[in-house]
Amino acid sequence: MALIMPAADKAVMGERAALVAELGRLLPADAVISAASALGPYECDALTAYVQRPLAVVLPRTTAEVSAVLALCHRRKVKVVPRGAGTSLSGGALPLEDGIVLSLARFNRILDIDLANRCLTAQPGVTNLALTKAVEADGFFYAPDPSSQIACTIGGNVAENSGGVHCLKYGLTTHNLLGLEMVLIDGTVIRLGGGKALDGPGYDLLGVITGSEGLLGVVTEVTVRLTPKPQGIGALLAGFDTVEAAGAAVGAIIGAGIVPGGIEMMDSLAINAAEDFCHPGYPREAAALLIVELDGPAGEVEAQMDEVAALLNAAGARSLRRTRDDAERLGFWAGRKSAFPAVGRISPDYLCMDGTIPRARLSEILTKIAELSAHYGLRCANVFHAGDGNLHPLILYDANIPGELDKAEAFGADILRACVAVGGVLTGEHGVGIEKRDLMGEMFDETDLAVQQRLKCAFDPAGLLNPGKVFPVLHRCAELGRLHVSGGKLRFPELPRF
Amino acid sequence: MERFQPTSAERLAGVIERAHAAGTRLHLVGGGTKAGFGHPVVADAVLDLSAFSGIERYEPAEQVITLGPATPLATVQAALAEEGQRLAFDPPDIGPVFGEAPGLGTVGGAIAANLSGPGRPRAGAARDHLLGVEAVTGRGEIFKAGGRVVKNVTGYDLPKLMAGSFGTLAAMTRLTLRVAGRAPATVTAALLDLDPAAAGRLMQRISGSALEPLAIAYLPAEVAVRTRHPLAAAAVLVRFDGPSVALDERLADLQTLVGDIAPVEAIDGPDSDETWVAIRDIAGLLPDGARALWRLSVPPAAGCSLAADLATSIPGLRWFADWAGGRLWLAVPPLADAGAAIIRPRVQALGGHATLVRAPAAIKAQVPAFEPPPAGLAALEARIRAAFDPAGILNPGILGSGISGPN
Ligand SMILES: Cc1cc2nc3c(=O)[nH]c(=O)nc-3n(C[C@H](O)[C@H](O)[C@@H](O)COP(=O)(O)OP(=O)(O)OC[C@H]3O[C@@H](n4cnc5c(N)ncnc54)[C@H](O)[C@@H]3O)c2cc1C
Ligand SMILES: Cc1cc2nc3c(=O)[nH]c(=O)nc-3n(C[C@H](O)[C@H](O)[C@H](O)COP(=O)(O)OP(=O)(O)OC[C@H]3O[C@@H](n4cnc5c(N)ncnc54)[C@H](O)[C@@H]3O)c2cc1C
Repeated sequence: MALIMPAADKAVMGERAALVAELGRLLPADAVISAASALGPYECDALTAYVQRPLAVVLPRTTAEVSAVLALCHRRKVKVVPRGAGTSLSGGALPLEDGIVLSLARFNRILDIDLANRCLTAQPGVTNLALTKAVEADGFFYAPDPSSQIACTIGGNVAENSGGVHCLKYGLTTHNLLGLEMVLIDGTVIRLGGGKALDGPGYDLLGVITGSEGLLGVVTEVTVRLTPKPQGIGALLAGFDTVEAAGAAVGAIIGAGIVPGGIEMMDSLAINAAEDFCHPGYPREAAALLIVELDGPAGEVEAQMDEVAALLNAAGARSLRRTRDDAERLGFWAGRKSAFPAVGRISPDYLCMDGTIPRARLSEILTKIAELSAHYGLRCANVFHAGDGNLHPLILYDANIPGELDKAEAFGADILRACVAVGGVLTGEHGVGIEKRDLMGEMFDETDLAVQQRLKCAFDPAGLLNPGKVFPVLHRCAELGRLHVSGGKLRFPELPRF
Repeated sequence: MERFQPTSAERLAGVIERAHAAGTRLHLVGGGTKAGFGHPVVADAVLDLSAFSGIERYEPAEQVITLGPATPLATVQAALAEEGQRLAFDPPDIGPVFGEAPGLGTVGGAIAANLSGPGRPRAGAARDHLLGVEAVTGRGEIFKAGGRVVKNVTGYDLPKLMAGSFGTLAAMTRLTLRVAGRAPATVTAALLDLDPAAAGRLMQRISGSALEPLAIAYLPAEVAVRTRHPLAAAAVLVRFDGPSVALDERLADLQTLVGDIAPVEAIDGPDSDETWVAIRDIAGLLPDGARALWRLSVPPAAGCSLAADLATSIPGLRWFADWAGGRLWLAVPPLADAGAAIIRPRVQALGGHATLVRAPAAIKAQVPAFEPPPAGLAALEARIRAAFDPAGILNPGILGSGISGPN
């Protein structure tokens, strides 16, 4: 692996047996896994190119147990990697050789459903889809809907600030949270946010924890907002001869002040892979396909369906279909939702990238991706959350061909650099993890990263929570405290010295 | 008192770097409208950030704008309106609450105080609209965080931390905000003559329906008659937007939902807009002489009954509810502690929190403006503050005991 993880702490590794024994005293017998044969399932997350066996895995059931485990690890200087369902695509849940994995799998209960206040409180190991299932009979849903929603956990969603196809209208995880309970590395239990109220007191630490990739604390309870199910829902499916035309259509829809539930785009390779896989009836000859979903009050949806159809036609749609019923709408989505397995069928392996760009730069980036694809000799299928400029290029490769993974990773890194170059960012929703860690310098300078790491130090001064992720260079907190960017030389000598 | 007015981020960094070295405490000033919010800053010098003003880059097609924090809100709103866009979090013009002229508030002030208006439940708070920030830490380092796109999880979400930090972590020099399109039409439905209990229940039914209201508020009679579009009686107000052809249907659907509890009366056009400006700016509680002003954040279903309960304990209390009951504004007649001993425990019992927005200095000296956090959280907040501003020189004292920094 090209990626260098922090050097393992030999002293900690040498005391593994004592650590396991102490964990065994804190937790029920079935909550500590240490046999090598049983650690296998925890060796990696969905970034399967990287595997690492941890010292042990713990499966606590209560906040008190999490607190006791963290306090112990804090005392023994043992690293901790929190883990939900392990569907991270950026290696966020990759174990460390000298650390334990703290699985939230047994935090699997919904604790409170409060429809009057439109919120639900769950333990972090509950799956994303289970939240919606729990309230859909009452006419509500939990809005962020990552494609991995049957498996991924709400705790993982908080840690990654996950999105989904409907976040254009309904927001990301961060916009749909009310409160959290979490445990700091020294075992302190805190509550953040407003509980069932909007906007909590103090600094917005709820906002800071969301998307912090398990580096600041372990989330043990989550209160989410519930959204009423829309009255009407409809979708349009449009094929375009060029990616430029499809991109312009997206701009026209948003420019008209319409906020669709979602706008997704697929390119030719993705369209054909989906068509081969599940026959959703996509136009195979199109260079780009748009799915525009509108939801809301019935009359508004009707009016906007007409308006969007007109905009799509004006933008040069070669083919245009409009749903008449829900079965047809789900059919439109079938191909998009199975884009990953569909691509998985045409290639032994793929890497899923996740940059975001300003919408207007879409065709420029696609041209660049095509050039890079030729340069590296690897195919790339593109699916995007087009409404918010979030790209998911899928780079196809074969891990059995020596050197091909390295090539795919280099290709991916070049795509992300191109995203940053046009004013975008390295990751829209999958997180930095280990995957984009060494690219952080493309977006942030040394000071930017020092400021972020000092925030980490305020939560975790010994750097025990998920180290080796997100930040390319690990600094000791004491060192960061002394670090001074202007190197001790005061700028602007003419300014007063107080 | 000495006053610094740096004209570039580099010069600002120079000023703060020296202040950090010398322990000189600075009072950060943008537009100067929220002079009375929080506690008095204990400072040795004023750091005037008014030079960081002006729209740097506005891309309507991308729905983002980059600007200096000292840009007046009015300037931004006018520029956005020209492109048919707006700030969806409805930042209030809070100056008049502090006895200032209207129209002076800055974007930086709204962000630093995380101020949002009636659009907040649906569109998010100020913090949700700050995509990127450039700022100078209390050590005098220029840093940036976030970006210019909505979907971004690259690094910690420091823009959220900056929002609502009242200038205690860093001095902001550049902000990138997300802006929203303006729907072609909007209308307000008024449901008159409802008591607080009935209004509270009704607002939850409407919020939980598929009608997608843009905003929901309740004005008791006394406040309703004082709004710019005077209402004859206590009113639940529901704001809708969308294509104009669809709005009549929304009103009809609302009537179906409400049944015979109250007839739906439509308020159109400028009257509708002005009604919400008045709610946003808390105009119905002004002018209010010597009253203290509280802002409560509570579970929405509990809001109206809490207010009615407080009104029986505090004679002469004036109040209204925004955010379908989740945001209460209270104007309390003169009391030694501005009513804190009655208000705070009841709000806490509901899991909410209460902020004393305005009160005479003598009261603020005794009553913390911000809810003091529990010990574990307080220690964490103090460590965070020290990570950005180790010498405690940025706006010391402004948060009172709310966020206990080194000062
Ligand atoms: C010309 C003038 C002179 C003044 N002189 C003094 C004086 O000598 N002493 C005095 O105590 N007050 C003075 N004030 C009042 C002072 O403006 C208020 O006390 C201050 O709290 C309001 O700050 P603000 O203008 O940023 O208000 P708002 O813009 O309403 O800001 C609200 C909050 O945000 C913070 N904030 C604003 N901009 C930023 C930023 N860019 N980065 C980080 N935080 C920010 C503020 O510190 C404040 O906490 C003066 C005001 C004016 C207009
Ligand atoms: C097929 C597929 C499709 C996907 N589609 C999407 C998509 O549409 N949108 C999207 O945003 N993502 C998507 N993802 C990525 C992934 O599902 C999300 O990042 C998800 O939120 C991870 O949740 P998890 O429970 O699997 O967390 P894990 O993978 O177990 O962990 C992810 C990170 O969160 C931390 N963590 C987990 N639980 C906690 C906790 N309780 N407290 C503190 N830290 C914690 C871990 O340490 C790690 O850093 C997809 C993944 C796959 C495999």
